[in-house]
Amino acid sequence: MRRRDLLSAAAAITVSGRVWAAPQADTRLLVVFLRGAYDAANVVIPVSSDFYYQSRPTLAVPRPAAEAANTALALDSDWALHPSLKDTIYPLWQRKQIVFVPFAGTDDVTRSHFETQDTIELGQGIQGSRDYRSGFMGRLASVLSKPTPIAFTAQLPLTFQGGATIPNVAINAVGKPGVDDRQAKLIQSMYKGHRLAASVAEGFEVRDDVYRSISEEMVAASRGAVSPKGYELSARRIGRLMREQFNLGFVDVGGWDTHVNQGGATGYLADRLAELGRGVAGFVDEIGPDAWHDTVVVVISEFGRTFRENGNRGTDHGHGSVYWVLGGGVKGGRVVGEQVRVEQANLFQNRDYPVLTDYRVLLGGLLQRLYGLDAAQLEKVFPKTQAKDLAII
Amino acid sequence: MVSPKLVSVGLLLLVSVRASASTPDAHKAAPAREITDIDLLNRVTWGANESSLTKLRAMGARKWLDWQLHPTAADRLPPAVQAQIDAMTISKQPMVDLVADMAARNKVANQITDVDAKKAAQQANQQAMNDLARQGAAREILRDLYSPAQLREQMTWFWFNHFNVHQYKADIRTMVADYEDRAIRPNALGRFRDLLGATVRDPAMLRYLDNAANAAGHINENYAREIMELHTMGVGSNYTQQDVQELARCLTGLGIDPNPDNPKLTLAMQAQLVRDGLFEFNPARHDHGDKVFLGHTIKGAGMPEINEVLDILAREPATARHVSREIATFFVSDNPPPALVDRMTQTFQRTDGDIAAVLSTLFRSPEFAASTGEKFKDPVHYVLSAVRLAYDDKPILNTAPIQGWLNRMAEGIYNHDTPDGYSMNSTAWNGPGQLAVRFEIARQIGSGSAGLFKPAEPNAVDHPAFPRLMNALYFSGLRRNLGPATAAALDQAVSPQDWNILFLCSPEFMY
Repeated sequence: MRRRDLLSAAAAITVSGRVWAAPQADTRLLVVFLRGAYDAANVVIPVSSDFYYQSRPTLAVPRPAAEAANTALALDSDWALHPSLKDTIYPLWQRKQIVFVPFAGTDDVTRSHFETQDTIELGQGIQGSRDYRSGFMGRLASVLSKPTPIAFTAQLPLTFQGGATIPNVAINAVGKPGVDDRQAKLIQSMYKGHRLAASVAEGFEVRDDVYRSISEEMVAASRGAVSPKGYELSARRIGRLMREQFNLGFVDVGGWDTHVNQGGATGYLADRLAELGRGVAGFVDEIGPDAWHDTVVVVISEFGRTFRENGNRGTDHGHGSVYWVLGGGVKGGRVVGEQVRVEQANLFQNRDYPVLTDYRVLLGGLLQRLYGLDAAQLEKVFPKTQAKDLAII
Repeated sequence: MVSPKLVSVGLLLLVSVRASASTPDAHKAAPAREITDIDLLNRVTWGANESSLTKLRAMGARKWLDWQLHPTAADRLPPAVQAQIDAMTISKQPMVDLVADMAARNKVANQITDVDAKKAAQQANQQAMNDLARQGAAREILRDLYSPAQLREQMTWFWFNHFNVHQYKADIRTMVADYEDRAIRPNALGRFRDLLGATVRDPAMLRYLDNAANAAGHINENYAREIMELHTMGVGSNYTQQDVQELARCLTGLGIDPNPDNPKLTLAMQAQLVRDGLFEFNPARHDHGDKVFLGHTIKGAGMPEINEVLDILAREPATARHVSREIATFFVSDNPPPALVDRMTQTFQRTDGDIAAVLSTLFRSPEFAASTGEKFKDPVHYVLSAVRLAYDDKPILNTAPIQGWLNRMAEGIYNHDTPDGYSMNSTAWNGPGQLAVRFEIARQIGSGSAGLFKPAEPNAVDHPAFPRLMNALYFSGLRRNLGPATAAALDQAVSPQDWNILFLCSPEFMY
């Protein structure tokens, strides 16, 4: 079996008193990519900054006020969470299962969604030419001992390109397979020796695995269980599949490019966040407490948005963002990483959050901690990166 | 059942060397190779079928290609297909009226006080907008399947994708068919500058990339950035954030105005007002200061500034290269040969952006001849080529199944939500999940008429039809391309349907 042929990582490595690396099948990692550059400054809100309130006359979320609805939810003395995440993400903060990393991002300053998404997914650094056949999650899968990777996306993302064939599945559109077993065998026979042979085989395999898992959910639904919709439904399916079958996942969520009328405590962005929050909470619920303990979810986006609102009650493309790391074993309830006061003098190019924590430095440190990667393995995943352990797990 | 009308496949055509003569090492890079007419059809059209092969052979490959590059108004759809298009609302009513109607309907719906009645009215309006966009998609599919001017239809898809807008933003569903029909399609084989200019004045684009909201003192740089990054020069070429901001200033005032009355303006400004349908350049919203863009000083002058910056962009060498590379990626390979891109870029610059000339350089190149059978079909090529082969010139009566298949394969018409458009790289479309879905679609296409011959109207009768894939083209040409593994699998088919499914799933049909 192909997956078992993959290179074996260091056997058992003890990290801060607990064994993560062996057997690695217990450790799960899900990367959630918010495509479109979510407006981080209005999600993890710098409420101690007067400059924030000056810069966003129509968008700013009011400072925390215990009894008042639609005010930010205090995280610490400087930061607060968007109120639309009250019932979903805030409880994770209270249970100390989530950290936020402000001023996080890349050294790519094109301010292009597509270029910077590629930069992150490839994880190769922005100097020199890019190898579009080598994404960082693909390289990660190649250094782990028992990876069962999957992309919960209709198309295989760049980050999983290269190396072994990695399955993908459009998780929101799973149906009963129509191509039967005999046909599937004949189809595979036509691809024998073809460059797509592995993809064809993997496609049928994951189709059957996923359908089996999802059909149980459908049985439950037909017995009168409340069936969730939209992103929450997808996220719950991901939770179930990661509990049962897969330990390295990627999913993306679009719709964050808020140039116009993005709203403040309520409105467009608030609705999108609420949906995302329901998804994350649904995932946590579905994966269950045991698996959640060994699961880490990282939420990233290509860049932040302009710190000042633009002329259309929206925000344009910026630089620094805020990343989230959550999981049952995360030392959460903290805002981590290097920080500066949120004021005009500290803006990047007098317009955006600066990047003080590079995504590769952060993720590299996290992966090292999570899987006990050695220097050579880390070099393979994120070349020429001085990974930094922010002691998140 | 099948009459294996044997057509000679000995007619191999050499369509390469001439264009390469100017570059000495082109021969070294890719030795001239003979291209079969089926291969040529598979790249220049939406998919080879018997009638297109007959036409190509009657004309000869060189003349046929010239015709594809320069189709005329006489190249009409078959009357039965044209009749389907003529019956559509989008053909009967101008887009401006459709937008006004929808705005009026939405206003009425929003004034309803009864909650349920209001919701029902709003849903009906959404449905009406969906219908308009689906009519556009249906028209596109019918043209792709049956238009004699196949290259124009392919390039229409290509350019729409290059200048992508997403139907589900605001009221773009009422505009998107018109955008494709009037901004993109007439310019698909024309001059790049004209195409660029048409998109800049189109309300769908101005809505999609928020320029309708870009005004002096209320700068929104979304559109300016994408024009430079995606539409013209390409990311990583020689422009700065400052250039983006200056372009955004030039674009202020360019927007949409549904109001038939002109905006109130001073006498001096009235002369600068430009209106054309929903398009409006409103000088009162424009930043009249001077700008410095790509090293050029742009004197504050209103609408002429926009023409000036578009001229600059269309003639930037980076634009010629970026656009040439994208076209080569679409037709040749994920990583098109640099020498080919160089020659296309030269043609682009020499002809001031004549798209047909750039395509001519491409199609007559040895690199193109050498690449046939290499380019993995994206879902839209896959589905359309299957339907074209299965039914040839017999017009389908309902495109809804095709629209559904494309959405399921994540390449729906007008349905890419970000401005970069669908990927043209094979890796986006040949992953395990994509292939598994593709095989399911193959099963639907191969099993029977799949709803394609049941008109989308109440109590419609499903006209009998069967996908005839084991046809004359198969016996005369396609069969010879099959490898032994595919031939062996096809031998085990238990029914004509089963054979169809296996054939459509075969690796040979994927390229």
